Amino acid sequence: MVEVNLTINGIAVKANSNMTILVAAHKAGINIPTLCFERNLNNIAACRVCVVEVEGADQLVAACNNLVQEGMVVRTNSPKVRRARKLNVELLLSQHDVQCTNCVRGANCELRKLATDLNITDIRFKKELTHDEWNQDFPLIRDSAKCIKCLRCVQVCENVQATGVWDLKNRATRSTVGVIGGRAIDNSLCAVCGQCITHCPTAALRERDDTDLVLAALADPDKVCIVQIAPSVRTAWGEPLGLTHEQASVKRLVAALRRLGFDYIFDTDFTADLTIMEEGSEFLERLSHREDYSWPMFTSCCPGWVRYIKGHYPEMVDRLSTAKSPQGMFGAVAKSYYASIAGIDPKKIFSLSIMPCLAKKQEAAIPALSDAGAGQDVDAVLTVRELGRLLRSEFLDAANLPEEDFDKPLGIGSGAGEIFGVTGGVMEAALRSAYYLATGTNCDPDAFAAVRGPEGVREATFDLAGTKLKVAITNGLANAKKLIEAVKRGEAEYDFVEIMACPSGCVGGGGQPISEDATIREQRTKILYGLDAKNNIRFSHENPSILACYDDYMIAPLSEKAHHLLHTDHHSWQMPGEASS
Amino acid sequence: MSVSLSEVKPRLSVYEKSDAQQTIESIYDQLNRRLTVSSLASCPVEFSAAFVNLCAAQSCGKCTPCRVGLRQLYNLLNDVLDGKAQLATLDLIQELAEDIFYSSDCAIGYESAAMALKALRGFRDDYEHHVLHRTCGMSEISPVPCRAGCPAEVDIPGYLALIAVGRYDDAIALVRKDNPLAIVCGLVCEHPCEMYCRRGKVDDPINIRGLKRFAADHMQGGMSFTNDCESCQALEATSRIAELTDDTLEPTSDNKIAQGTSSQDFLAPKQADFTGKRVAVIGGGPAGLTAAYYLSLMGHDPIIYEQRAQLGGMLRYGIPSYRLPRKELDREIDYLLGFGAKAKCNVSVGSDITLDELRASYDAIFIAIGAHADKKLNIDGEDAKGVYSAVQLLRAMGDDELPDYSGKRVVVVGGGNVAMDVARTALRLHASNVTIVYRRRVVDMTAQQEEIHAAVAEGCNLLDLRAPVRIESDASGQVKTLVVQPQIIGEVVGGRASQRAVAAGEERIDADIVMVAIGQDTDSAAFGDYGLPLRRNMLVSGADTAIDGFKGIFTGGECVTGPATVIRAVSAGKAAAVSIDRYLGFKHSIKLDIDIPDALFKARMYCARSNTEELDLRDLPSEFAQVELGLLPEEAVQEARRCLRCDHFGLGALRGGRYTQW
Repeated sequence: MVEVNLTINGIAVKANSNMTILVAAHKAGINIPTLCFERNLNNIAACRVCVVEVEGADQLVAACNNLVQEGMVVRTNSPKVRRARKLNVELLLSQHDVQCTNCVRGANCELRKLATDLNITDIRFKKELTHDEWNQDFPLIRDSAKCIKCLRCVQVCENVQATGVWDLKNRATRSTVGVIGGRAIDNSLCAVCGQCITHCPTAALRERDDTDLVLAALADPDKVCIVQIAPSVRTAWGEPLGLTHEQASVKRLVAALRRLGFDYIFDTDFTADLTIMEEGSEFLERLSHREDYSWPMFTSCCPGWVRYIKGHYPEMVDRLSTAKSPQGMFGAVAKSYYASIAGIDPKKIFSLSIMPCLAKKQEAAIPALSDAGAGQDVDAVLTVRELGRLLRSEFLDAANLPEEDFDKPLGIGSGAGEIFGVTGGVMEAALRSAYYLATGTNCDPDAFAAVRGPEGVREATFDLAGTKLKVAITNGLANAKKLIEAVKRGEAEYDFVEIMACPSGCVGGGGQPISEDATIREQRTKILYGLDAKNNIRFSHENPSILACYDDYMIAPLSEKAHHLLHTDHHSWQMPGEASS
Repeated sequence: MSVSLSEVKPRLSVYEKSDAQQTIESIYDQLNRRLTVSSLASCPVEFSAAFVNLCAAQSCGKCTPCRVGLRQLYNLLNDVLDGKAQLATLDLIQELAEDIFYSSDCAIGYESAAMALKALRGFRDDYEHHVLHRTCGMSEISPVPCRAGCPAEVDIPGYLALIAVGRYDDAIALVRKDNPLAIVCGLVCEHPCEMYCRRGKVDDPINIRGLKRFAADHMQGGMSFTNDCESCQALEATSRIAELTDDTLEPTSDNKIAQGTSSQDFLAPKQADFTGKRVAVIGGGPAGLTAAYYLSLMGHDPIIYEQRAQLGGMLRYGIPSYRLPRKELDREIDYLLGFGAKAKCNVSVGSDITLDELRASYDAIFIAIGAHADKKLNIDGEDAKGVYSAVQLLRAMGDDELPDYSGKRVVVVGGGNVAMDVARTALRLHASNVTIVYRRRVVDMTAQQEEIHAAVAEGCNLLDLRAPVRIESDASGQVKTLVVQPQIIGEVVGGRASQRAVAAGEERIDADIVMVAIGQDTDSAAFGDYGLPLRRNMLVSGADTAIDGFKGIFTGGECVTGPATVIRAVSAGKAAAVSIDRYLGFKHSIKLDIDIPDALFKARMYCARSNTEELDLRDLPSEFAQVELGLLPEEAVQEARRCLRCDHFGLGALRGGRYTQW
């Protein structure tokens, strides 16, 4: 790597020889528009929007995947560049189903923003749309007429999620994206993580919209509508409404949901705490019969991860904790324990969950995961994006709503429950309670802060009352794959592993608002740790509602009732191609 | 009323091409070049539709089937592509194409239809896949055309980039990751990669083989002879990452090793731990050597059983030394055996040791016996003294047994590369004249154009359209005359022109030696007797080289395919190594990650290809000295820089265009 000197738009720029023109220009404060490009993920120079003029070259040069060279003279806004850039976007628009007024992306669409910036007012080419068939019941929906073939979905699925659901389909002028092998999406190994959606520049990929289902339930006088809010939802719900993170407090979200007409507003933090009680007890139980189990034990709270391991490593499924996800536990508890203490007929309950996640939509619909005996334990799941649309359609002045409290008792969650929404959080919460269960005393709530961080794979070793515990935490399925392969080769040994499918965990979930801000996951992470630090209860086992739930109903962790409602047999449903047992 | 002369169309004017016509012809020329650069894995239906449309553009418009039919055929093909077709549409396409074929007035129409019908027949599966699944059914798109066109899938853009910066050792190491016969292929590969080279769309394909030879000639490590080219020594090699692993873990910086210039340090995939598994490789030709090399890298213990005195197979006993100097062949073989593969020469499996005995003492067997048996003319007098097969001569030459043809008239029968080889060899053995007799036309010869030109340039006579009838000998039984029947070229059958006797009398060609070079056969009797499946004397195996019903026995190379090329034998050797490794219960992979110079943007430029030249026979230091001159350093750098870097530009950008392991 050497330093090179070049000129961009008449400005002398110094850059490293391994920098692209795009990076060097950006460093010099010169913005070059991009469309297919995404940093560290996609620099395939497909859209030809980032083309620039290089002196001495007849043709234009893609800034995103060409390196700077000594003496290069670059122009980013010459007439030739402007014409090409505009025309290329015009070409993309000729094959894009322009429906901006009735599109889920609305103003949050990279193509629309670029077309506006380029001052495109007319498309001089014939409209040519393709309409590929798609199962509209699947939580992930692809609209081929909106795809601009940037291939980010292919890249994120293959490289970040090691799943490879998407591939190039067809050839030449008909090249587009399709499910690998020409399969139907519901017959693929899609983890339904939704990362392809949050990386899509348009609405070619989106979640199935279930808001009508919710509105219908709210309008039904016979229904008792309850809603649970996942930990990470509180970090991002205000983004689509244009609220600052300070304005978008969780208490304002509670108020907003109350305005929408929900009868009871609860917190998934509660069942995150319950998960710790069940999963933590299960872990200690497995530890005491170490030889009866294959190791490590994997967390089971992330349905994207559960789908992944079932699809790719079916032989390792028994290493998953049998605990349901917090959403699943909440669904079961709401229509059993809560219905009984509140005196409500569980069949009348409409149970909504708001999640940062598409896989949770998929999870809620699996019949084998509903155990309360009153239809689906969770009747509907909305992503944070759908919540945003629901709130907008209510025309609330969300920023000026009063701050209101969750309903009791399922609205009480500990700080340990809050951090379930970020990578490492489940592990930290579990260790806080495991320490108590093992020693009978509480540790410093921040004693296990070593497991925090954004890195793909993190390892830590702790001494738990004389037992050495080796744990690992990963986020992103490609990292999970690396870890599993290392375990399979015998190169890594752990006792307990937390895996979240999405990068950074649920704060980076595929159901979160789509943001071009590269630091957004970091900002959301900070909010959760802030909430944990401020919470009066830092330990799941000290949540009074949890204690009451066991006293009044579940008796004890791993009791028969707990097993029936809060645990599951991961073999009770199958991924496509998975053998049923 | 007077009319100015200029407005009167002359009754007859001198033929002159209009500007428009000239432009069209130049576009045809470019189109021709574009089509010559084959595009692998394009969609057959998409291609058919484009072709039909192009044909329709050439229609004069007079006749219904061509004017309307081709247009409607194009529409129907587009329905298939747009996912709007039913299976019945394919029947209609068939019916329409047949109609155009049967009822067109001229070749514009019926030849278009013939091609369309051929495509429909040849790609029926893909047509149906489009209809049933609304997508093309062709397998993976190959982003890097030269690599996709190479049977051994060598990372060509990678090693050309290394050559461009003078890292010749690294370039050869990178070639050897996929093709261990880097030196040999630099000299004699038929270079199918060049046919796919995208540079051909601009001006000419890259001289890929010539560059590989240049790197092999100028490498410092890897048992190379000392290089005295100063301009090359000035260029430095840099660091790289090398390892062979059982897994897909990313290499870390710890794996980086520095490179020296001694042979021990020559970069190679890391050798796996010794497994103790013994593999018998029958045949020391290119397929056998390749398999043995990779098996040794995978930690196994291969032993080559070679029937002849030396290793090399057809490389030694088929290709003359003036094309493939023995010194070069030997240094390649020495390098490959440096990883532990052993060889037993002068052992013939079947007579000296049986297959049963081998099966008893080895964990697996790879049969790569090549195609070394000769084919007979089956005409009267063929058993006369002085009638030899090409195989006999080349085999003797391989062991340095040089017959003296001084003053002899040599007639070579055949039109393949081997015929050219023996003709040129005969000249070098001081034959007074050499005549190549071929029953079809020179253009129909299967020999490469360069080989034919070189034979002629060195003084061989070509006598085409002559079919041998009988061989006459004198009283002592010595060949005297080859009697031939003049032929006329005619009907094209299966894409090849066929000949028939012309109504003229026989011709007599006086000869002291007749050399029969009309193809080779596999001597598979011993293996057939053992029960291995044979088809026309060739062994039968699956694409994975396994033989159905015979666990642990694998086969590949020319004994399966019939006479082919070095690079196809390498491909078979690789497939065999992987299959045998799996069969033995392992999952080794060959991995070598060399840091490749970044692809830098270059303005589009036209730059013609630098070809390698051959020395005139009279200028050679000795008859059997190497005839081909390598590229000059300046030529090599320019040629390597002509590479369009399809590993980075084009679809290569999507998945990196680089495969560091197989």
